[in-house]
Order: sequence, then C-alpha cells, then structure tokens
Amino acid sequence: MTVTTAGRETGAAEDGAGHPGRWGAAGLRSGRTRIAVLVVVSVVALLSFRTTAAADSSDAAAFRFFDGVRDWVDANRDVNPLFLYGVNYIRLGVRLLVDAVSAGLTGLGFAGLVAVAGALALVVAGWRAGLLAVTGFVAFAVLGLWAESVETLALTLSAVLIAVVLGVPLGVLAARVRWVGAALRPVLDVMQILPTFAYLAPMTLLFLIGSPAAVIATLIYAVPVTIRITELGIAGVAPTAVEAATAQGATRLQLLTGVRLPMARPTLVLAVNQTVMMALSMAVVTALIDAPGLGQNIIRALERVNVGAAFDAGLAIVIMAVVLDRVTTAASRRRPHSWRVAVPVLGAAAVVAALPIGDAVPRFSFAAPVNALTGWVELHWYDVTEWLKNTVSAILLNPLETTLTTTPWWLFTVLVLVAGLLMADWRSALIAAASAAGVNGLGLWQHAMQTLATVLVATVLTMLIGVWAGVLCARHDRLAVLTRPLLDAAQTMPSFVYLLPAVALFGASRFTAIVAAVIFAVPPVVRLVERGVRDVPATVVEAALSAGSTPRQLLWKVQLPMARGGLLLAANQGIVMVLAMVVVGGLVGAGALGYDVVAGFSQREDFGRGLAAGFAIVLLGVLLDRLTQGFHRSTKGSRQ
Amino acid sequence: MIEVERLWKVFGPRAERVPGSPLAALPRAELRDRLGCLVAVRDVSFQVAANEVFVVMGLSGSGKSTLVRCLTRLIEPTAGEVRIDGEAVRAMSAKRLRELRRHRVAMVFQHFGLLPHRQVLDNVAYGLEIQGAGRAQRHARAAEVLELVGLTGHERQLPEQLSGGMQQRVGLARALATDPEVLLFDEPFSALDPLIRRDMQAEVRRLHAEVGKTMVFITHDLAEALTLGDRIAVLRDGELVQVGTPEELVGAPADDYVADFVRDVPRADVLTLRWITRDAAEGEELEDTPLPQDTVIRDAVARVLRADRPVPVVDGDVRVGVVDAEQLLPALLGHRRQVPA
Repeated sequence: MTVTTAGRETGAAEDGAGHPGRWGAAGLRSGRTRIAVLVVVSVVALLSFRTTAAADSSDAAAFRFFDGVRDWVDANRDVNPLFLYGVNYIRLGVRLLVDAVSAGLTGLGFAGLVAVAGALALVVAGWRAGLLAVTGFVAFAVLGLWAESVETLALTLSAVLIAVVLGVPLGVLAARVRWVGAALRPVLDVMQILPTFAYLAPMTLLFLIGSPAAVIATLIYAVPVTIRITELGIAGVAPTAVEAATAQGATRLQLLTGVRLPMARPTLVLAVNQTVMMALSMAVVTALIDAPGLGQNIIRALERVNVGAAFDAGLAIVIMAVVLDRVTTAASRRRPHSWRVAVPVLGAAAVVAALPIGDAVPRFSFAAPVNALTGWVELHWYDVTEWLKNTVSAILLNPLETTLTTTPWWLFTVLVLVAGLLMADWRSALIAAASAAGVNGLGLWQHAMQTLATVLVATVLTMLIGVWAGVLCARHDRLAVLTRPLLDAAQTMPSFVYLLPAVALFGASRFTAIVAAVIFAVPPVVRLVERGVRDVPATVVEAALSAGSTPRQLLWKVQLPMARGGLLLAANQGIVMVLAMVVVGGLVGAGALGYDVVAGFSQREDFGRGLAAGFAIVLLGVLLDRLTQGFHRSTKGSRQ
Repeated sequence: MIEVERLWKVFGPRAERVPGSPLAALPRAELRDRLGCLVAVRDVSFQVAANEVFVVMGLSGSGKSTLVRCLTRLIEPTAGEVRIDGEAVRAMSAKRLRELRRHRVAMVFQHFGLLPHRQVLDNVAYGLEIQGAGRAQRHARAAEVLELVGLTGHERQLPEQLSGGMQQRVGLARALATDPEVLLFDEPFSALDPLIRRDMQAEVRRLHAEVGKTMVFITHDLAEALTLGDRIAVLRDGELVQVGTPEELVGAPADDYVADFVRDVPRADVLTLRWITRDAAEGEELEDTPLPQDTVIRDAVARVLRADRPVPVVDGDVRVGVVDAEQLLPALLGHRRQVPA
C-alpha cells in the first residue's frame, strides 16, 4: 500500500516536472476552480433573476416581419424581376427535371424498372448488388407502395443529379483553388449543422410547396457532402503522379481528366453514395411541404399515431436506403464491368421493359401485425414505459426545462458567452452568445428553451449509452464485429424512420422525441468513441498493462483520457444530430419549436411564427455546435 | 546541351528579393530566421554535354531534388537561367514548356508516380497519349520500350501488382517512350532494395550505352554516383561545392566536406595512374612497355608489381612520369578502413 502511494507520488511529480502546465496538477486545478466558480455564480444569478416563464407572445415582431415578407413575396411573385427571371425559372427547371425523371421511371413500368435497376446495379457494382436491387424493388410492389416509392426515388435522383452536377465541379475547385476552398468552408460548416426542418420554410416561401421546393431543399441538404468529399478526394491524389504527368507535359485539363479525376474515382463514388443517402433522408422529410412519395404515408400515419400504417412506408424507405447504399458502396470499391458485359445486360433489361408484364405480385402488409404488436406493448409494457417516461421527465426534463425557461434571456446569453470563453475561444463564444440573443429576438424564447431542455436531456442519454457501448465495442472485438453491420444499417436510415419505434413504445409525447433522438444519434457516437479508444497507441496500452493496470484502470486512466478528442467530437456530432431529431419530434407531440415549424407549413396564419421557429432552430444549432466544437478544437490545440 | 547559370530557388515570402541583393551573402540559417525564407538552390551554375551522364549528389535537404525540378520548371526558379539546347527555359511560354516536357525532357521519379488506375501499357503510353498519338501507335511504341526495360509480358497488369523494382522499370519505360533527348532521374532507386538497386543501375548503364541520352541523375548514394556519373556535382545546402569527374572528386576533393564524403572510397578503383606518377630519376632504368596514364590503378597493379623496374606512364606518346610499387601501395591501402574508431 505504502509502496504504491509512494510510486504514484513520484510519478505525479515527474509528470509535473516533465510537462509544466500541460497535464500538470496546477492547470487542472485552476480549470476546475474556474468551472466551479462559474457554476456557483450561475446558480446565484439564476435564483436572483428568475422570471415567471410567461408563454411566448403569439404576435411577436419577428412573426409579423416574416408574415410581411411572405405577403410581399406572394404579391410580387409574378411581378418582381428577381422572381420573374430567377426564382421562377429555377422552379420551372427543377419541375421539368423532376417530371422527366419521374416520367422516365414510371414509363419503364414495374417490370422494366426492376430490370433496369437490377441491370445497372449489376454493371456498376456486381451481381450481388444487382440481385439486391431486384429484390428491393420487387419489395416496394409487395408492400403495395410501388407508386410512392417511385416518387421518392424520382425526388432523390433529381436532387442527387443536381447535387453532383453542381457539387463535383465545386469540390474540384475547392481543392484546386485556394480561395474557393477557403470561401466555401464556413458556408458548408453552417449548412451541415442546419437541422432538416429549418430548410423547409424558406423553400416554400421562394418556391411554393411541392416537388421543386422539395428537390431544392434536398439539394441544399445533400450538396455540402458532395462538395466536401469531392474536395477530399481531389486533394488526396498522390502528388507524385500529378508531378510525373506534369513532367510529361500534360495540360491542366489533361491532368484533371487523366490523373486527378480517375485517381479520385473511389472517393468520388463515395461522395455520390453519401449524397444519395443524405438526399433520400431529406426527400422523405420534404413530404411536410407537400412533396409526393413515401414520406406522405409516414406523416399521415404519424398524425393518427398509426404505427402499423407507417411501418410499411418506413420499411420501404429502409429497403431503398439499403439498396442505394449497397450499390453505390460496392461501386466505389470495384471497377464497373466493361461494355462487353454492360451492353448485353442493359439490353436484356430493355427487352424486359418492353415486355407487357404487369405488377401482379403478391401483396403483403405489416400494418396489422405491427399494430397488434404495438397494442400488445401498450397493454403489457405500459407500466414500464410510463415509469421510464415519468422518471426521466421528473428527474431530468422538468427541472431542466423549468430552470431554462425561467432564466431571463440576457442572463442566459451572458452565461453562454462565459461558458464559450472558458471552453472554447472568444470567436466561438461571441457567435454562440449572438445566437442566444438572436433566439430571443425572434420572440420564441420559451419554446427555444423547451427544445433546448429536450436536446440536453437527449444528449446526456445519448452520450451515456453511446460511450458505454463504444467502449464495450472497443474492448471486445467480437462485439464490434457483430455490431458493425447494425451501425452501418442505422447510419443509412433516413431520420424519419427513427420516430416509428419511439412512437410505438411511448405514444405521442416529449419523451418520444427524446427516445427517437437517442436512437438516431447513438450509432455515430458509438462509432466515434470506439475509434477514439481504439486509436490509443498500442505501445501506451502495453506500457500501462506492463505497469500492472487493471482493465478498469486502463480504461479510466489511459484509454478514455487519451480518447478525449474522439469523445468530444462524438459529443459535438451527437448534439447536432439530437437537435435535428428533437425538432422532427414536433410531429409526434414534442411541441416547442418543432411544432411551430410544422404548424407554419399547414396553417397560413402561423407562417411567420413557423419561419421564425426555423431560424430559432438554426441559431440553437449554431450555439450548440460552436460551444462543443470550440471545446473540441481548443483541447486539440492545447495538446500540441 | 543543358546550361545552368546562376540558378537560385528560394522558398518563402517575397523570395525574389534575396538573389542579387546583400541578403544573398547571408548563411542559410540566418535567412530562415530573419526572413522566413528557405534557400534551396543557391547560385548554381554547371553545364551538361550531350550524351553525358551528369550526377548531382548531396545529402537530403541539400536542394538536389529542387534543382532537378527547376530544369523543366516543375518548380519555378527564383533567379538565374536554364538553357536546353541553347533555348532559355525560363522564357518559354506555357505551351512551349509543355512541348519541351512532352518531347525533349523526360523524368523518372523516386516514388515512381505511376497512375494506379491504368495498366502498365497505358502508363507507359501516357506521354504519347497526351500528345494526341493514336491508340495503335502509342501501344506499339509502349510495347517496344517495355521490351527494352525487360517487362514484356506485364503489359496488362496494374502497377500495384508489380514489385518496386518492376514499377520503377515502368517509370523508366514511360520516360523513354517519348524518345526524349534528356532524361532526368530524381533519386530513382532510393526506394528500392540494395540488390534491386544494383540491377537497376546496371540497367541505366546499359540503356545509356544503347540509346545514348543526356542524363541528369540525382542521388544521395556516393557509390551510385561513382558508378554512373561521367561527372559529379556535389551539392551542400543548395550550393555547388565541386563539379568534376569521379577521379577528380576522389583525387582532389575541393574541401573537407567533399573529402569527408569520398574518404571511404577505395581510391585504387577510381583514380588513374596520372594521380600517382613521379618523375623518373636521372638515368633510372625503366620497363620497355609503358602504361597509358588513364589506366585505373587497380588494373595496373599486376603489371607494376611484377615488373623489376618502374613502369613509364604516357599520355599518348609523351612520357608523363613513372610508377612503381612505392607509388602504388599508398593508393591501394590509403583509404581509412570502414570501421568506426
């Protein structure tokens, strides 16, 4: 006992001497003191400045302003040159594209589309993918959702088409031209933290409801990924190959087409893959602004809390996601078949398309069994789910919500500023504080705080579960192998789908949104945590083990501290995803900002409030992202 | 063939203010600290004759890779001039420069720089392809050069399926495919195993004998430099320390740096008799048959040691001196042993 203590002390002393002010005890203590002081000051301030948490006015200046904007747009839509020659043409062009894609897909007929999808998958991604595509497409008809599936596919493909046409050149430019890259980076940063819901209202304002607005919203959601990954791919091309080609006298164009693009091919296909997944996820959500497709089925079912009816559509979306993901992933790993294979296969598909084959497949719906199951769960698990719901609400959600909603906005802003200064840098702190003030300016303070409370609770749960599962996966290889396909599948699923199990278990409530958000955000957190723990250098782990650490000591003293970067990144990712999902939870009873947005789409008099809620969500997202990302960055900096 | 005149390459902010100003006299470290500039090539001048193998040798960081890239402006020189066939390279338009790279100068790289998505044949044909040569024509030419470097039968493979040595043969074939006048080698064999490296050096010697190109060869390996080079330039901190034939370097190193470099070289393998002759003493009796003065010492050993009298050494018909065992032995034993003290 004495020996160990003595050893520890020497160790600590050496540490302090070796790295003054870095991991030394002094730095840690002062950090702790600062946080403690902050907490005490906050509590005192909160107690002394509590407000009554009066409900938000239904007629804030911001709402009137946005209503005014809407009225102006409505009045000038056919007069103002910006609309006449800009926006309206974009809408027309997108409408033509969607109609063309949709007509193309529908025109092939059931058998034709199945055959063509299978043939294309076979050519670019091999026979397994071809088989999967055929099975998946047949399943749409089996579920009785053929027409809706084709609509969703058409929306997704249209958006992906535009995203690739715009995004790949932009990505190449960003990689090759320094100022383009520098200019795009912050824009993409913001675009990527915007929750899906926030896009929709401005889109309807400009492009009215329907397919064009849906495609453009989907495009905005998906195109950052296209640009980012293209940029990565082009920037990652081996400089030696480029130099060799330059030394042989290749022109810039020849370098691009002969060296850079072909060498970046796997990454470019990956960019398409990610774009497709993002687009599909968003295309479903755009049902809220009246886009056709599977999303409509889900929304209609959710409104009636009919889980069974939503299940079929959800399943169809998952199948589509899996098919598209597998085909594009396989395509990025292998080279496409040569034309010798491609031509006969596609020819055969064309022949099938020309044959008069109807869609006479056996029908099967999961609605009845799923509803039976949900009913059974409600009946038998009611006590458990209700207890869980009430406990979390009573212990975490309600106190937090009360605290936040009774905090005056200026105090909250100041606290955000101070927290930002402590955890991140002054720029992040200023941006976060400005966002907080902006939320108040939008006249939705109470709702924003309710949403924030839900987000924080969901994030805490997500991190608890995610870190626990991630550490388990990092320490047990077999578990990791088993969970990997599960995590893969979870990450390819569109966000809407996650509402279903939550609604099935907990009905429509605030807690449902939390559960959905946790299910949605846990997989990436698990993944980042696992990678962070696994990335701890083997030599360090070996050294700790040879010093006689128990597995628990190894985890708490070596692996978790060293995986700090990964954990903080996971927290950042998790919180952004949770926010996106909590807002969607407005559809299933979570209320607050999410509900304001949805109401804004459906009721004309609530438009201004909905748009303001959309902006408030964006500001919340920026606030949370800046605080956590700044945190992440500042620790990275101090470690170097 | 290639003339390099007062060439400078300075990396860093406002690099062009350094050459030709008082700053140019400052040592490297001080320039880096004061201006944040790195001088990679400092006032280098040399000439390479047609069909010559010119080796630039130096340790890593001495600026040799930068120097060779300045020749075709893969790196833009800061000051000075490079002329190839009398034509100023720095004055060339982008188009003219491409012409130069396409037809007249080819380069072989340390890390090969092959295109991983193309078969060997298409890698070799790439240079012809971007010139706009037809498919049949460029494939025929590529097959031809692949045979020259001994890779027939591997045309349809991808680079990653070949060993390092074979990949560099592809790199060599690619450089030869356009039939350039000048071949630049940037440490082409440093990434290879020693045995393969020796094979490849033999390959380069053979190719030089067969196709007779002007070659500029960058290396940090003295043995490689001595085997391949007609002349060797030693570069230190971006400056030329000495330019000369292998025997000049070994026999008369310009300074301690070069001397240190060459001290482990077996002198008898590099030096010729010229370096060790003495004047004949008056009335000294000599062997009848003389040795030419450019005989490498090692080749003269048997003759001189077996002779009873000193052997005369001649330059053509003129006697330049004599040599006997006394002169020979220091050259044979002279270099320090390669064992750490």
